[in-house]
Amino acid sequence: MTDGGAPTTEKGKLALYWAASCGGCEIAVLGIDDKILKVAEAFDIVFWPCVMDGKVRDIEKMPDKSIDLCLFNGAIRTSEQEYMAQLLRQKSEVLVAFGSCAAEGCIPALANLNTREEIFQTAYHDTPSTDNPDGIRPQTETEVAEGILHLPMFYNTVKTLGQSVDVDYYLPGCPPEADRIWDAIVAILTGQLPAPGSVIGAQTTVCDTCPRTRNEKKIKEFKRTWEIIPDPETCLLEQGLVCCGIATRAGCEALCPTVGSPCIGCYGPNDGVVDFGARMMTALASVIDSQDPDEIDRIIQEGIPDPIGSFYRFGLANSLLRRKSLAGNGYSRMAETA
Amino acid sequence: MTESDFEPKIVGFLCNWCSYRAADLAGTARMKYEPNVRIIRVMCSGRVDPTFVLKALSLGADGVMLAGCHPGECHYIEQNYKTIRRFKMLKHTLRALGIEEERVRLQWASAGEGALLASAINEMVDQVRKLGPLHWSGNWMDDEGAQEAIQALPSEHAEAMEVPA
Amino acid sequence: MTEKVGVYICHCGTNIAGPVDVAEVARWAKENLKGVALARDYRFMCSSLGQEIIQEDIKNEGLTRVVVAACSPHLHEKTFRSACSKMGLNPYLTQMASIREQVSWVTEDRAAATEKAKMMVAGAVRRVQLQVELQPTEVPVNPNTLVVGGGIAGIQASLELADAGYHVFMVEREPSIGGHMAQFDKTFPTLDCAACILTPKMSDVGLHENIELLSYAEVESVSGYVGSFDVRVRKKARYIIEDACTGCGICIEKCPKKVVDEVFEVGLGYRKAVYRPFPQAVPKFPVIDKETCIYFERGTCKACEKFCPTEAIDFEQTDSYVDLNVGNIIMATGYDLFDCTKIPQYGYGRLANVFTNLEFERLCNAAGPTEGRIVLRDGVTEPKSIGIIHCVGSRDKNYHPYCSAVCCMSALKFGHLAMEKTGAEVYSFYIDMRPLHKNYEEFYDRLLQEGMHFIRGRVAEVTDAARLPGEEGKIIIQAEDTLIGKQRRIPVDMVVLLGALQPRFDAKETGLKFGVSAGLDGWFTERHPKLDPVATMTDGVFIAGTCQGPKDIPDSVTQGAAAAARVQGMIAKGTVLIEPIVASIEEARCSGCRICNNLCPFNAIEYLEDKEVSYINAALCKGCGTCVAACPAQAISGAHFTNDQIFAEMEGLLYDVIGSNGATAKSPQPVLEPA
Repeated sequence: MTDGGAPTTEKGKLALYWAASCGGCEIAVLGIDDKILKVAEAFDIVFWPCVMDGKVRDIEKMPDKSIDLCLFNGAIRTSEQEYMAQLLRQKSEVLVAFGSCAAEGCIPALANLNTREEIFQTAYHDTPSTDNPDGIRPQTETEVAEGILHLPMFYNTVKTLGQSVDVDYYLPGCPPEADRIWDAIVAILTGQLPAPGSVIGAQTTVCDTCPRTRNEKKIKEFKRTWEIIPDPETCLLEQGLVCCGIATRAGCEALCPTVGSPCIGCYGPNDGVVDFGARMMTALASVIDSQDPDEIDRIIQEGIPDPIGSFYRFGLANSLLRRKSLAGNGYSRMAETA
Repeated sequence: MTESDFEPKIVGFLCNWCSYRAADLAGTARMKYEPNVRIIRVMCSGRVDPTFVLKALSLGADGVMLAGCHPGECHYIEQNYKTIRRFKMLKHTLRALGIEEERVRLQWASAGEGALLASAINEMVDQVRKLGPLHWSGNWMDDEGAQEAIQALPSEHAEAMEVPA
Repeated sequence: MTEKVGVYICHCGTNIAGPVDVAEVARWAKENLKGVALARDYRFMCSSLGQEIIQEDIKNEGLTRVVVAACSPHLHEKTFRSACSKMGLNPYLTQMASIREQVSWVTEDRAAATEKAKMMVAGAVRRVQLQVELQPTEVPVNPNTLVVGGGIAGIQASLELADAGYHVFMVEREPSIGGHMAQFDKTFPTLDCAACILTPKMSDVGLHENIELLSYAEVESVSGYVGSFDVRVRKKARYIIEDACTGCGICIEKCPKKVVDEVFEVGLGYRKAVYRPFPQAVPKFPVIDKETCIYFERGTCKACEKFCPTEAIDFEQTDSYVDLNVGNIIMATGYDLFDCTKIPQYGYGRLANVFTNLEFERLCNAAGPTEGRIVLRDGVTEPKSIGIIHCVGSRDKNYHPYCSAVCCMSALKFGHLAMEKTGAEVYSFYIDMRPLHKNYEEFYDRLLQEGMHFIRGRVAEVTDAARLPGEEGKIIIQAEDTLIGKQRRIPVDMVVLLGALQPRFDAKETGLKFGVSAGLDGWFTERHPKLDPVATMTDGVFIAGTCQGPKDIPDSVTQGAAAAARVQGMIAKGTVLIEPIVASIEEARCSGCRICNNLCPFNAIEYLEDKEVSYINAALCKGCGTCVAACPAQAISGAHFTNDQIFAEMEGLLYDVIGSNGATAKSPQPVLEPA
């Protein structure tokens, strides 16, 4: 592989796939602007459902490891998506979990606060605009005159790409910033990569690139974003806003805090951290300015009414606990005998 | 394992100065208590990262006990106040994830309170025993039929492709 | 690189081997736990033979890690670390599993005990393989010492150190040293005059070439660590030029302003606006009290300045600061007396002739406001009957749960003095009599012989509302006499309340300055209540006297001497080892968020403005790990208690849940069959 300049010998093969995602990562790839031409010079794009026609069958027929680079975005929440993850893993030399959904579950993973049953009940029965008097639900198999129709199985729990297959590299962000995407592509092309399984990204957190001034932290109240107009110079956390920049990997140049919006953590945890939410919980709790248990309860419950939304908005699937308990929803708690 | 012989497995984090010594005292006094709590020694309850609790639960522990010096008596002056705050923040989150109150417990015990610690352990073990196993990894076991559905796809695609365009 | 772990299961006689199948635990460890090169069980691992077994194995089997499953690490961690160290294995590459205190001594069922022991061993084996070599840091010890507080404990400590040839800085908040002991009349049980035994020591301190006395001064700030503390002391302005003052006292004589002395005379006597707290004050220099001096109030008078023969008065004087560097600090800050108005039913503050213990001392004292006459508030009448109430504010859930240690003896002392001076009938209302130390019981006996009356009962009320004949004009003490099972009303002329000793009003803040914790009750926390009562959690800072808890004079002197001995030991050694269990910040990972900055009570964490990162001073770090747990970027690691080590220990403890591979095992990748 060359450095992305003039093509020498044959082009590499590039695949991009989207699983449970919003499409933003596709658009982000286009965000590298004219550098996309360099990508087109270096690669043949063999598969990119968002942008061009193609058949999965063609991928299935390719030899293993014949796709040089696959950028896979989106979380895994159906059997089809898991299949595609396995297929592309088998066929790709380098599989990159591209973006927050693939890396840690992102917004789709917030569905882990519910079960499939709850989701279907809401989507197919309870929403006000649904007209479904016969209570029809999607089935994995439906017999029709022409034969059996198959739909993917919808999982109870959203998984990350890494929880489904072995991933070579992770590119965090929702979406990854254009510059970081380009950096990653260059790194892959030139072989300047960290150990397999690593994140291609910074080793520090957003505060490193945030222009605001920082002092010692002592928080008496947590404020919701609509409660105050923040001072433009001072650290947002010191002003009581729950800014996740303290725990979020750097890479975005602190875009949000720069304009007065507290970081929500879309780049995921810093290197080596196994649970993003735990870091947020411990850091915020440590600097609450109170020693009275009741006051502490009040500060926490009033200021952070939705702890999962505040601490696990992007990383629930990749967190240590991954989802809300299924127990009490018709699922047994008994351990299987070893 | 049947319901009747479920024995909880609980991880305990005890601070070196007060609560660990309380456990020592319970031992020297030969107080008998439930064997279900396996103790990890840390220098201060302030060392306990919420990650530890989450990790223990995700690995399969049925409960976690944090123990430290009474507020005002911390050997590092005031670090157990941070423990209180982190504990409350963590419980707030654990509630949202459907984990019962009794499974994660913060217990103060000074170096002379061996009996108190033993009785707190007994109480917690009893409560968790009644709740049953947590078996957290069971929450993300593969859905039944998922692997079959995945394995069926290549043949479905092959069949589909036989239909002329 | 795989480690070679030696696992040793101690029998501890039958203490462990009885309830736990030790051979089975050893066998199981060798068979199932990764990294275990050998596993043995032995009767007494802590014995020299036991230690030799480990040492031989290190030598012959090339062990790189050692796990000893035995008693609590609090007992023998040092033993095994030292044994390994002698064989060249870094002491931090060992780990103990407490299978005695935490398993064999507390578990009924043998099978359950054996299982739990296995899990504890698994935890230790996994943890030890992630431990790394650590080296303690050696720092020099400055031979100067700071003694905070000039009461009897501080005086004793200072004299011991000074006599040994070391330099001492003594800081005392009041204008004179002497503390509460200087206020007393006689001391129990010998009935020595307090001043007679105290003032020679005070003089010694004042004259000693090795003691620099900073009186009327307070410690502002302390930084640094054992061996090298930087202390800033604020010398409050006396408005007297010490170099010029001869202590003649003319200023005091001529001062026209008389005020009530609330401190030394406890509100019973007067002093001038320029004053010495008592005649034998050390140093001899008086102090002008800015709050009450006419010059500071209105700009006139200046009588002291006019009459001073050596021009030693300086109204322009300001507070000054002294910076000291010392190797060790002894805190001997003493106690405050309980505010008896808090118990309104005892009548203090409402009924004139109810006195506190300190007030009664001043009455008895020949140099006191009544020249030693025990009289009522009218200053004239001698009481014919006196009631002494024990445990006022002590042993009381509503105020202080503890016993103040000295009041029972004070009661006997007061009883004796009162009977001797006035012939009054003295009644003591007690819960228990606690004459605990040498010759104290004999003193109690003596008072029984002398005819003091003792009523065992908690006083319900002290009132002037007469109900029965003989009560008119008296103060009535109502109590249940539990020994005869009757309520009694005893009319007396005077009541003495034995108020509790309580921590200084600012003990908590003071403690924080020095890195010493004040416990729930407010007394400074010792390192170990039984075995280390004068050391604190902060190396180099010691406590002595009542600031550690209520005690009598002999005990205060003992603790002062003990603290001085500890300091002398440090100085003699010349250097001190600082444990390597400290936190450190990885600069590359730190983003300068400053969450950690105010989490350290020892001020070990600072923010480097130029680099925009936080930094931990390893010498100040006590290794609690709070900042390690708090860092949102996980940029702080705690030596010997890293996340990985703790996770490994956890995985070992949950061996029976997750098996030998632990949670890291991934299910094999499914292979798709082409259709």
